[in-house]
Amino acid sequence: MAILTSRKVVKRFGGLVAVSDFDLDVEERSIHSVIGPNGAGKTTFFNCVTGFYRPEGGQITLDGHLLVGLRPDRITRLGISRTYQNIRLFNNMSALENILAGEDPHLRSGMFGAIFRTPGVRKEEAAALDEARRLLRFVNLSGRGDLLARNLPYGDQRRLEIARALAGKPKLLLLDEPTAGMNTQETAEMTAFIRRLRDELGITILLIEHDMRVVMGISETVTVLDYGEKIAEGPPSEIQKNPRVIEAYLGRGSAARMN
Amino acid sequence: MPAKRSSPLLTALRLGSIGGGVALLLSLMGMVEALSERDIIAGVISTGIALLVAIFMVFGFSAARAQSDSSPATRIAVGTLTGAIGELFLVGLVILGQNVDLRPVFPSASPELYALLQFGRTGTQAYVIMLVFGAVVGALGAGLALTPARARRAIIVGLTAVTLSGLLEDLIHITLATAPGLVVLADRILARGVESGLKPGGAVFVFLLFGIVTFFWGPIRTGIRAGQQAVPPSQRHRAGLLIYGLLVVILLLLPKAFGPYLTEVSNSVMIFAVMAVGLNIVVGFAGLLDLGYVAFFAIGAYTMAVLTTTAVGAQRGQIVWGPHLTFWEALPIAVLFSILAGVLLGIPVLRMRGDYLAIVTLGFGEIVRIMALSDALKPYIGGSQGMVEIGVPNLGQVAAALSSQELYYYLMLAVLFLVIFIALRLRDSRQGRRWMAMREDEDVAQAVGIRLVSTKLLAFASGAAMAGLAGAIFASKVGSVYPHSFNLLVSINVLAVVIVGGMGSIPGVVAGALVLFGLPELLREFSEYRYFVFGAVLIAMMLYKPEGLWPEAKRRQELHEADESEPRPEVMATSGGAGSA
Repeated sequence: MAILTSRKVVKRFGGLVAVSDFDLDVEERSIHSVIGPNGAGKTTFFNCVTGFYRPEGGQITLDGHLLVGLRPDRITRLGISRTYQNIRLFNNMSALENILAGEDPHLRSGMFGAIFRTPGVRKEEAAALDEARRLLRFVNLSGRGDLLARNLPYGDQRRLEIARALAGKPKLLLLDEPTAGMNTQETAEMTAFIRRLRDELGITILLIEHDMRVVMGISETVTVLDYGEKIAEGPPSEIQKNPRVIEAYLGRGSAARMN
Repeated sequence: MPAKRSSPLLTALRLGSIGGGVALLLSLMGMVEALSERDIIAGVISTGIALLVAIFMVFGFSAARAQSDSSPATRIAVGTLTGAIGELFLVGLVILGQNVDLRPVFPSASPELYALLQFGRTGTQAYVIMLVFGAVVGALGAGLALTPARARRAIIVGLTAVTLSGLLEDLIHITLATAPGLVVLADRILARGVESGLKPGGAVFVFLLFGIVTFFWGPIRTGIRAGQQAVPPSQRHRAGLLIYGLLVVILLLLPKAFGPYLTEVSNSVMIFAVMAVGLNIVVGFAGLLDLGYVAFFAIGAYTMAVLTTTAVGAQRGQIVWGPHLTFWEALPIAVLFSILAGVLLGIPVLRMRGDYLAIVTLGFGEIVRIMALSDALKPYIGGSQGMVEIGVPNLGQVAAALSSQELYYYLMLAVLFLVIFIALRLRDSRQGRRWMAMREDEDVAQAVGIRLVSTKLLAFASGAAMAGLAGAIFASKVGSVYPHSFNLLVSINVLAVVIVGGMGSIPGVVAGALVLFGLPELLREFSEYRYFVFGAVLIAMMLYKPEGLWPEAKRRQELHEADESEPRPEVMATSGGAGSA
């Protein structure tokens, strides 16, 4: 059962067609990677899914809900969370506050509750804090909750961003290059972590990645984009051998194998 | 670390010239002369000369600092030379001024100024003394650069304390006069009567007191911490409450100690503090740059005026309609109107960010002012002549014994506590996090599910409510409203308070209000140069302490934790180290 489908999605910026005629089906509870050379349109597509861009054509559906035209916060509340290629945390807020901000759609209290701190509000805040601490533990950042997000080391920031995304209790998690800037060991840890997310929490993962070890290692399906068009789709083993894919990455006539 | 090394001579020439230029500017502006009316240390050093001392000391200090890799003797020599070169500019001014009348261009270039600069002497003797003065002060500045950091801080704090005590001498005198025992102390330290400033002995005392406390501040703070730890946890809450209770009692008794003038000053400060707390929510928490904040202040004031004024009728200076409500009846309505205005402003600017938002809000502020000034609305709200006879709060028996200033003092104190309480609660709530997330990254805030529309409108509404409250009480206190009081400068002043105090920090903005509004009220000599000093303070703050006077606790905690954080066992060597996303 596909949890996310896109049909003929088109995104243009003036004369440049960033994404054209893009069809995608993401199976529920799967780990699905989208790969392609830089500028292929991967992040642009993510932005269309989350509502940051409005596609010129086509439709995107999450669990039956039509997404195109909805505001980003509405789409998030339908069950999608994401991380970013260049980490975008709330820099001057602490790690715990970042996660608490991610929990916002699930909280109820408003201005009145804030000022008067009724027992209901206090209970909700306590529960939210517990949940935030739990998520902090889950991403291995225990004890760093009160540090400002901008003072965390790079790897911790990546994990915090994932924790913030998880705080929204998403059905679908979009990860945009989660292992960028990491060394071999960190990458291996992140890969295992992503698998854990799916296995333990039942979240569907849609992944943009450049590191082929990650892509081939954990994906069930791989979709390849080049110049905004889908040029291949299938299990990792097939993609590895696909000549069009190799050509897209390494140029015409290259005999190099991927990984 | 400067990449280039300039020679000591060039450094002295450069910094000496700049310092000389500054001294020249302040002299020709008339500031030096105006300030010399008052002494810091009676009979010894006037405020004007102290200003020159400060300038040359700062530049001597900078010069010595710039030559960090020279020998101590060279560095002192550089400072000395810097000061002397600076004074050279003033010598030049004096020589020129004695041959050419500069007053058509610089009205302050008077014989009195020259006499002042020459320390009462004339001729070559005067010039020599001036140069020596500059050299000595520059050398002192350089010496300060060479002093170990701890002693240096103590000296600077001591000097600042002496300067402030000298400037605020009469305020201190009045306050201490209420306590018999302290009057004796005051008399020993402060000069009296015609003389102003501190007695020489008093100056030494103040310098040593503050200097020594600063020098030992580290151990003192540790001692206080240990004292806090000694109190068992169960008692700690009680002890904290006790201290707050004591503070409240002091605040309640303050009007008696201050007397009518200072109480009045406090009232003005508190009105601005309330506004600053409100603007802090809009700018500091939510990151919405509002340059038209005065509009809400005006709307609160004008609503109070229209609803309570008794000057209603067909005569000149009266408005055509007014319900003659009491102060207490009108107050909530005034706040409500301000909230409405806040929402009305928020709606058209929902999609705007940064500079565009600033300009549009500025426009809104001006619209309100111009509407208040207009002839079209004159029958309803008084036009350029404003409205008079505004209602006064009636507190019955309780209020009968209080003077007008005291009445408004207690009212404002209660309101200030209220808004601070509300702001604190909001900051630490879900709403506060929504505001801060929006401030940090609006797009990502929306992406985590935060509704931007309600978040922005609530920020504007909250800020407007507080400004409206302040405005309504302001109108009542003054008894009248005129459109000229509600101009762009007020918005900018309140914004300056928020920035100088520390954006997003509630104690900071109150401190900011105290400094930016309390001090000018108390230092009447500066009144002509108020905006000059204001601007200079703002620039200095942005250069040296951009986080504000009292930054958000978190920022300080962050600095604290940077000292204490240890590597966790499972952390491996990261390629980049600390990220800066």
